[in-house]
Amino acid sequence: MTVARPRGRQIEKLTTGTQAVAQAVKLADVDVTAAYPIRPYDGVMQAVAKLIADGELECEYIVAEGEHSQFEICKHASAVGSRVFVGSSGVGWMYAMESLAVTPSLRLPVVAMIGNRALDDPGAFGVEHNDAMVVRDLGWLLFWVEDAQECFDATLMAYRVGEDRRVSFPVGICVDGAFITHSQTLIKIPDQETVNEFLPPYDLGDRLLHPDNPITIAPQANEDWVMEIRKQTDEAARRVKGVIREAHDDFRRLFGRGGDNPFFEEYMTEDAEYVLLGMGSLGLPAKVMVRRLRGRGEKVGFIRLKWFRPFPDEELAESLGRFRAVGVIDRDYSYGSPQQGGVLFTDLRAALYDAERRPRLVNFIGGLGGRELTPEMMDEMAEITRRAARGEDVPTVSWIGVRE
Amino acid sequence: MTEVAGREPGAAAEAVEGRASTEVLEEAKSVEFTYRGIFQKTLAANLCKHVVMANRRREWLGSTIQRYSDSPERNGVPAKQFAVIAPDEERLQEHLAKYEPGELDLITVLDDTLCDGVESWAFYGRQPINLRLRRGGTLLVVSHRSAEELLRVIPRKPWPWTLAILPGTPSMGGLWVYRDDGTDMRVLGAIAKVRPDIFELEAVEEVVEEDEKLGDEHLEALRSGYEEVRVYEVAAGEGKEDDYEPVRLPGYREMREAIIVEARKPGERNPDYKTSSDRTMRPLVDFDACIKCRQCWLDCPDEAFDVTEEGYFPVNYDYCTGCGLCSQVCPVEDCIVMVNDLEFIEEGNRDVFPRWKEDPEGYREWREEKIARGRVRHSGYFNTDVWAPVDGGTAER
Repeated sequence: MTVARPRGRQIEKLTTGTQAVAQAVKLADVDVTAAYPIRPYDGVMQAVAKLIADGELECEYIVAEGEHSQFEICKHASAVGSRVFVGSSGVGWMYAMESLAVTPSLRLPVVAMIGNRALDDPGAFGVEHNDAMVVRDLGWLLFWVEDAQECFDATLMAYRVGEDRRVSFPVGICVDGAFITHSQTLIKIPDQETVNEFLPPYDLGDRLLHPDNPITIAPQANEDWVMEIRKQTDEAARRVKGVIREAHDDFRRLFGRGGDNPFFEEYMTEDAEYVLLGMGSLGLPAKVMVRRLRGRGEKVGFIRLKWFRPFPDEELAESLGRFRAVGVIDRDYSYGSPQQGGVLFTDLRAALYDAERRPRLVNFIGGLGGRELTPEMMDEMAEITRRAARGEDVPTVSWIGVRE
Repeated sequence: MTEVAGREPGAAAEAVEGRASTEVLEEAKSVEFTYRGIFQKTLAANLCKHVVMANRRREWLGSTIQRYSDSPERNGVPAKQFAVIAPDEERLQEHLAKYEPGELDLITVLDDTLCDGVESWAFYGRQPINLRLRRGGTLLVVSHRSAEELLRVIPRKPWPWTLAILPGTPSMGGLWVYRDDGTDMRVLGAIAKVRPDIFELEAVEEVVEEDEKLGDEHLEALRSGYEEVRVYEVAAGEGKEDDYEPVRLPGYREMREAIIVEARKPGERNPDYKTSSDRTMRPLVDFDACIKCRQCWLDCPDEAFDVTEEGYFPVNYDYCTGCGLCSQVCPVEDCIVMVNDLEFIEEGNRDVFPRWKEDPEGYREWREEKIARGRVRHSGYFNTDVWAPVDGGTAER
C-alpha cells in the first residue's frame, strides 16, 4: 500500500513524549482531565495544564487527591459524554487498580497515558512494563510507543479506536519512562481540520448517562448475569482488531504515517534468518544493531510490537513463520511463569502453538528499572538468537546486562 | 389437612414416595434452612452443623452449603443454608456435585413471614417457600400461627406433603448478636420428631451432651421441641394457588451492553424494582391523626410514600421495605403503626388511602383490628429484650 501525501498542513515541533501526548489531547479537544502527580507521567499533566492556561484548550482540569479518584473522575465523566484524558505511572497506576478493573466492563473509552515505571519496592523511577501489564486481561487496549511522534499518533488512534461503538474500551498509551517521556524529538503535528476528519465527536448514543435518558449503570448482579456480561465484553474484544485496521488505513491516508502493518513494525526482515522482537523505546538501539550486523553480513531483522492488547496472534504467527529463530525482549518479568520468562515471551509462545511453521523462541529479560538497553546488549541478544537459529544449545531465557 | 401424632422412628422412609428418578441417591438427604439474612445467620449455621454431627453418630457423612443469598447477604433478606447427609462419601459427592440441592427432604423456616414466598437470590422472582420440597417432604415452620393460616400463603403441591409447626417467634441468632434462647435446640428436637430418618432424638442428644459449651437447659429445649411440634398431613392440591412463574433470563445477545439497565425519569416509579420478601412488617397510617408534616415522606429511605392531592402521605406498599423508620420519626403518637406483614394476605399491596376516603369509619375499624392482631412494637430484629421466651409464649416482637 502506498502512503498518500498527508492532508492539510503539518507543523514541526520539538517535544518530549508527554508534550506530544498533550498536543494530541488538545487536537482531540478533550473535555475533562483529572491529574495527580507521579513521575514520569506528570510531564503530561503539566503540559495539558499549560495548554489550558495558555488558552489553547478548553477542558475541565480536576486535581484529584489520589490516583483512585483520578481514574474514577474520568470514568464517570466519560459516562456522561465527556471525552476524557487521564494517566499515571507505576504504583500510582496500581493505586487506581479498582477503577482500572471496572472501566472496561462498563465499556467507557477512557484514554490514559501510562508513563511506564518500575513498581516499588525498591523506590525506583525507571522504566519497566509490568505496571501497564497488570490490566492486560481486563479489556484495556494497550499500545506501546517508540518515540514522541508515536506518542502523538497513538493518542489520536486511542480516541478513534476506543470510542468506536463496536469497541468502547479504555486505551492505555504505554510510554517508556525517561527514554520517551523526558526526551525531546521533532514531531509532525497535523491541523485541526484533518484531525476532525479522522476523529468523529464522542457519542455514547443510548448509553449516555443523562436525566433525559434514564439508565442505571453497573447495578449489582449475581451469578445469573455476570457470565453474560463477560461474554459481551469478550465479543467486543474480538471486534477490536478489525476496527484498528480501519482506523490505521484512515490514519495513513490522512496523516501519511504509520507503516504497512497496524499491529507491529518490521525492520529489515525481508530476507532475515532470525529477528529480535520487543516493545517501546528499545526499537532505537535494536535498529542500530540490525544495521551494524547487516554491514557484517548477518541476516538479522527486528520486529517492534505496537498493540500488545489486542495481541496480534494470527498476524504474528504468519510473519514469524519465516524465521528460524526469534529473540523476544521483555522489559518486564513474570516470576514463576512458564519457562520463567517474560510476559511478552509467554504470550507469544502461546500465540505460536498452533502455527504450522514455528521458529525457535528465546527470551531476554533486560532494561529493568530504567537500565539502558544499549546496541551492545542488542548484539549479545542477536548472537544468542543466531546460535538458536543454527540449532545450537542456548538458554531459553537469558537476563541481559545484569551483574552476577 | 389433618393433624397427626408425628412419626415413629423409621416410618418416614416408607412415607416418602416417588424417588425412583434418584434411585442411586436414595439414602442421601438434603435439608434447607430458610432464614432472615444476618439476623439469623448463626442460628441457621448452628442447625446445619448439628444435622451433620448428629449423623456422625451413625457413621454418616455430611456437608453444609451456605448459599450467598441475595449476593451478598443483607439484613433481613431471605437467605438459605443447606445440610446434605449421606451414608458414604460417594453418595455425598453425587449430591454435592450440584451446589444447590435440587430437591429437599426437609425445609425449615425460621421466620414465618417467609412463608408467603422468598426471593432469596435476586432476579429469580418471589419463589414459593416449598418450591423445591420433594414429594412427601416436610416443611417445618417456627410460628405461632395455625396450619390454616399458614396454608393461606403456602402454595399447593400436586402431591401430599407434611407441614410441621413448632410454636415460637423468629429468634435472633445473628451474625453480630447471638441470643441463645434455645431455638436451635427446639428446632433440632422438632426435626427428630417429624423426620427421624434425618436423625433421631438420641443422636442429637449425644452430640449436645458431648458439647462442653452446652448444658442441661439445652437438652431440655431439645426435648421441648420434640414434644411441642405439631404435625399436619397436607393433601395434594391443598394450599394457596401456585402462581409462580420462573423468571426467564435473557441471553447476552439480548441484554443491553455495558452493564446498563433501564431506569426511570425522576419522579417515576420503576416497576422492576418493587420490594419483595425482605419485608416482615408494614406501616399503617392513621389519616385522621395525620398533621401532614411530611416527616415520613422526607425520611423514608426507599421513597415509598406517595403524596395525594389533599396533602396526605399514603404508603406505596410496592416499594416499602418495612424498615419502620417512618413510625419512629412520626411526631404524632400511634399515627404510623407497624403491623406484621402476614396480617395482610387479603389486601396484598393495595393502596389503603381510597378506602379511608370512601369510608373513614370503616377504615378506622379495619386498621384497629389489624393493629390488635399484629402490632410490632420494635423494628424487626434489632430489639432483643422482648424476645420470645423459650416456652413458646406469645411475646411481641
